[in-house]
Amino acid sequence: MALLEVDDLCVTFSRRGQRPVRAVDGVSFSVDAGEVVGLVGESGCGKSVTSLAVMGLLPRQPGVRVDGKAVFDGTDLLQLDDRSRRDIRGRDVAMIFQDPLSSLNPVIPIGLQVTEVLTRHRGMRGAAAGEEAARLLDRVGIPDPKRRLKEYPHQLSGGMRQRALIAMAVACKPRLLIADEPTTALDVTIQAQILELLKELVRDSGTALVMITHDLGVVAGLCDTVNVLYAGRVVETARRRPLFRQPRHPYTVGLLGSVPRLDAGRGERLNPIPGSVRDVLPWPDGCAFAPRCSRRIDECVGEPPDLVLTHDGRSYRCVNPAPLPGVTPGADIRATAPTEVEPGSVPAQAVPDDPPTVPGLGPAPREEEKP
Amino acid sequence: MTDNDILVEVRDLKVHFPITRGVIFDRTVGHVKAVDGVDLRIPRGKTYGLVGESGCGKSTLGRALLQLTPPTGGEVVFDGVELTTLPAGRLRTMRRRMQMIFQDPMSSLDPRQNVESILTEGLQTHGIGTDRDDRRRIIGETLDAVGLPRWALSRYPHEFSGGQRQRIGIARALVLGPELIVADEPVSALDVSIQAQVVNLLDELQDSLGLTYLVIAHDLAVVRHISDVVGVMYLGALVEEAPGDRLYSEPLHPYTRALMSAVPVPDPDVEDRRERILLAGDLPSPANPPPGCRFHTRCPWAQPTRCADERPALREIGASRVACHWAEQIASGELRPHAVRAEVVRPEGEGETPGVVSAPTEPGSYV
Repeated sequence: MALLEVDDLCVTFSRRGQRPVRAVDGVSFSVDAGEVVGLVGESGCGKSVTSLAVMGLLPRQPGVRVDGKAVFDGTDLLQLDDRSRRDIRGRDVAMIFQDPLSSLNPVIPIGLQVTEVLTRHRGMRGAAAGEEAARLLDRVGIPDPKRRLKEYPHQLSGGMRQRALIAMAVACKPRLLIADEPTTALDVTIQAQILELLKELVRDSGTALVMITHDLGVVAGLCDTVNVLYAGRVVETARRRPLFRQPRHPYTVGLLGSVPRLDAGRGERLNPIPGSVRDVLPWPDGCAFAPRCSRRIDECVGEPPDLVLTHDGRSYRCVNPAPLPGVTPGADIRATAPTEVEPGSVPAQAVPDDPPTVPGLGPAPREEEKP
Repeated sequence: MTDNDILVEVRDLKVHFPITRGVIFDRTVGHVKAVDGVDLRIPRGKTYGLVGESGCGKSTLGRALLQLTPPTGGEVVFDGVELTTLPAGRLRTMRRRMQMIFQDPMSSLDPRQNVESILTEGLQTHGIGTDRDDRRRIIGETLDAVGLPRWALSRYPHEFSGGQRQRIGIARALVLGPELIVADEPVSALDVSIQAQVVNLLDELQDSLGLTYLVIAHDLAVVRHISDVVGVMYLGALVEEAPGDRLYSEPLHPYTRALMSAVPVPDPDVEDRRERILLAGDLPSPANPPPGCRFHTRCPWAQPTRCADERPALREIGASRVACHWAEQIASGELRPHAVRAEVVRPEGEGETPGVVSAPTEPGSYV
């Protein structure tokens, strides 16, 4: 049983007179204890809304609808009332936000903001709480923590603020930490410090970490399992190495091809994905990525592609995935299957929803599990 | 290389901003030395990449080069003409030949001007094109060059996506037919897949029009991809300058090494194997920079002698220029990094034991 099991999470924002927007459209993933899971995607793919929905931080108003399940250790976080959710939030599940300046209160000293968590969840008061707060700041690598406790957020540098935020998040030794773009606002050398700190925390305390980022480099160094999101759905899930070595979904392929790499030479052209994130097809009408996809075939439009599970525990949502390097019978069969079934005019429903029953090809239970 | 090949030469450029206190009398209590003595040369038709962390003065350098921020001292020679002492009228005519692309296309384009108006403004100022039709022709050609459709002319900036807006910004710079383009963080506000489109566009434009670029960015991978020569800045000064490939294969300055090791590479195999040099602490304040070598407060290789009291000048080692007293000794491995100031942490791999690899710390073992 996984620590956090998000199942078919949907978030819809509707406004009077406008079409409702499905920011998150059936996202499912699971996080085991001590595992680092990445949610990767470009702006507008729903990665932040997913985390806010899991934390219960979306505003409760008529226009916002959250469906699905997010089961944390046996309890569905989405069904909890506010009081019990507040008990869990900050103690068992904590979050680190992107911009530390806007997520810290500018008129309250750092110390008070850190001790607030300790008072609420661990019942510490006065000097004991102050001692513990100083210890926490020291733990995340803030020099001279006693003095920093009395300072205000604007007196700290960006990296220090992010450290303070991490200190608040780990104050109660949460079992699950959600980090939403924790290093995007920081410089590379500071980013390296923060990532190292997060790695240490995961290693030492066995905390599970959900890492939300747009930076594939960060994912490559940190995550065990990676979920690639596009237009509100998970389009590919894989362990770290297979994903980078053999991406299957054309969007993942495109993302990897468009990142300039430090170890590549000058003059190598990048292969960008044409169009922009705005050019999406609504999921019910087919694959949202189809308008930008280089491997588009007729079957992509019509109905949404199903999630295909492969034998090595990865899954992708594509009817015409990128072939594996070398001769791989599975990929060939699946790629050619539609035309063999019905040559000539291929109706959309002729796309085999169930993968062909070839030994070793069918959806098998995940074998490759966390080490 | 003859002087004819150099389009821009910057000599000992300084930009100091006064810090003032007081209500009635603005007493100057100090200076932020944003750029403090930079020398560089940009060959015609090449790309010079400038990298550094926020607050290192790279943007100020770019603006001072175009005289958008008046320099406090030093010289900027553009195609044989000294710009810092040029009268305003002649400077304005020179501006046609050097243009800038800004970071955030949303805030650098006037939301109340349509694209045609944005592009025509520069043409009118510089008296390019004989009449409206001629200008329309020039604008049309520019739109084709940056890959925007003709119907874009009557639209306003908010109607475009981020990547398209940046293309408008590039078209605005390009329409005057400049020789030098200073691009300040041209892709950092864009999504990954869009970044690549803009980087490729800049590359193509350079090939077809023979442009000279000064690309300012904090993303080393982008700079590495686009630049022929890369300069690394730290606290207002260049610490290293080298041809792109050499800088990445043989970084000589300790700061460059740390910067390289901090950039994440989207490849798990590389990520697991590489050695990280983590710098301790943050960038010191440019209002009160450390004496001697600016980097010695965070440098893992800092030595008890020279580093703290003697500011290193850029000197040539092979094809690179480095501002470090001990560059050769560090490159040969004679000097080992301090364990005190920074730690070299090997990331935890499968089966390997993690740990801090520390160099000998006895004082005698450094030199």
